[in-house]
Amino acid sequence: MSTILSVKNLNKIYAGGFQALKNINLDIRKGEIFALLGPNGAGKTTLISAICGIVNPTSGQILVNDHDINENFRLTRTLIGLVPQELSVETFEPVWDTVNFSRGLFGMAPNRKHIESILKKLTLWDKRNNRIMTLSGGMKRRVMIAKALSHEPQLLFLDEPTAGVDVELRKDMWNQVKELKDMGVTIILTTHYIDEAEEMADRIGVINKGEIIVTENKRKLMQKFGRKKLTLDLNEPFNAIPDQLTRWDLSLNDDGTQMSYTYDSSKEDNGISELLAELSLAGISYKDVHTKQSSLEEIFIQLVHAS
Amino acid sequence: MNFYAVRAIFYFEMARTWRTIAQSIASPVISTTLYFVVFGSAIGSRISEIDGISYGSFIVPGLIMLSILTESISNASFGIYFPKFTGTIYEILSAPISYVEILLGYVGAAATKSIILGMLILGTASLFVPLEIRHPFLMFFFLVLTAVTFSLFGFIIGVWADGFEKLQIIPMLIITPLTFLGGSFYSINMLPEFWQKVSLFNPVVYLISGFRWSFYEKSDIRLSVSLVMILVFLSVCIILVRWILKTGYRLKS
Repeated sequence: MSTILSVKNLNKIYAGGFQALKNINLDIRKGEIFALLGPNGAGKTTLISAICGIVNPTSGQILVNDHDINENFRLTRTLIGLVPQELSVETFEPVWDTVNFSRGLFGMAPNRKHIESILKKLTLWDKRNNRIMTLSGGMKRRVMIAKALSHEPQLLFLDEPTAGVDVELRKDMWNQVKELKDMGVTIILTTHYIDEAEEMADRIGVINKGEIIVTENKRKLMQKFGRKKLTLDLNEPFNAIPDQLTRWDLSLNDDGTQMSYTYDSSKEDNGISELLAELSLAGISYKDVHTKQSSLEEIFIQLVHAS
Repeated sequence: MNFYAVRAIFYFEMARTWRTIAQSIASPVISTTLYFVVFGSAIGSRISEIDGISYGSFIVPGLIMLSILTESISNASFGIYFPKFTGTIYEILSAPISYVEILLGYVGAAATKSIILGMLILGTASLFVPLEIRHPFLMFFFLVLTAVTFSLFGFIIGVWADGFEKLQIIPMLIITPLTFLGGSFYSINMLPEFWQKVSLFNPVVYLISGFRWSFYEKSDIRLSVSLVMILVFLSVCIILVRWILKTGYRLKS
């Protein structure tokens, strides 16, 4: 898969001396959904802003479709669409006008059919003549997405697209993002809802304190850093882990009816057979067994804490 | 040239004018009309002619300039400040649009509004006082040059301002006094010699004087000096705006 975005040795030091980005290197492949995760202040928005031309990087290079964003700003910016984190809209403008304004701004000839189709997909068509100030927060967010899509970008940045949006709308937006991917749009997504990234992303990048800690295929990341938990529903409750089993990474729930074993799922020898044999020898019986893979959220927290 | 972008910004700004027509057009026209009624007809009839021109007619160029200066600054500064305030400036900064195109959009729209306003005031004035425009092309040239120059100046103020107070402070505390003291309502030859010399440091004196010459062929300062001064001010504004857009001063971090 070819690369649509390449960030090389990117640094950003703000006027006050704060270094928001530290030697960022990142390649984004055409057609993928890439989720950029990180705690508040990690540098996600600064990175996106630098790529989109809103922030001046201190050093480094950014290529979009192999074109430098400074040397060929017209071409590269035409390829990019941005939905920023803040709800920034032209409050007094009608929806139709503001979306058409965005298309013009990006150098595209008017195209009523295209704008109509976007507004219909984002269920904004009925509101096209409404002033933006009369719309709900979720609808305003959709207007911002419509603006970003108005000039048919190939690379779309969604910076916290579902912040402040209710569950139903979030699910709706997930579907729309998937549709965009099917249309061939490359999507870079930042979110605080890790389940969102888990649901949609092909690859995950984690950024903390201005540094990219990891970029990995989502499945590989979950295999590599994920741990699994085996839980046994015991026939008899226990007060404590029996002495002969203390060498295992075991824990009991509050009422002692469930015993859990956490293990590294990527290892060939995870010790499950041995543990079950020892439980049998110790005369511990159970009525049910179930396993649970660690979520992306747990992996994310583990990675951020370790960095 | 990103023609569509220039057009989008221009139309967007003009749409704002029509949306707020009472504030953008009606209000300055009404207030200038009041000047004509009070100074032109009521008080003006008791004031003797200046340079052979009736007082009501004499103040017309100055009053047009007063509106052009304040409205050019106000329109252009608000045009660029409002997207900064609401955060929608991100779209301008991330669009494939050059500095010149940004200026053509914002300053072009602000200057167009001012020129329309100037012509409306001129039309209104002709209803109240006898008017004669001996050099209409030169008059229009002065009008356009002043509107563009002060729209550029307004753009600079809009970028510099980080609050609504700052947006108002330069027009209110500097431009309006300079315009009133720039010979809108009097000829600077009527001032004591010392204050005539002080007035020469006021750039607005050159604008009003040159503009008035295009009407009546009478001016306080030579036409060529007026033209040179406004071109100097225009050049300073262009250099400043170019620096702002190149460095991203108060636009990009």
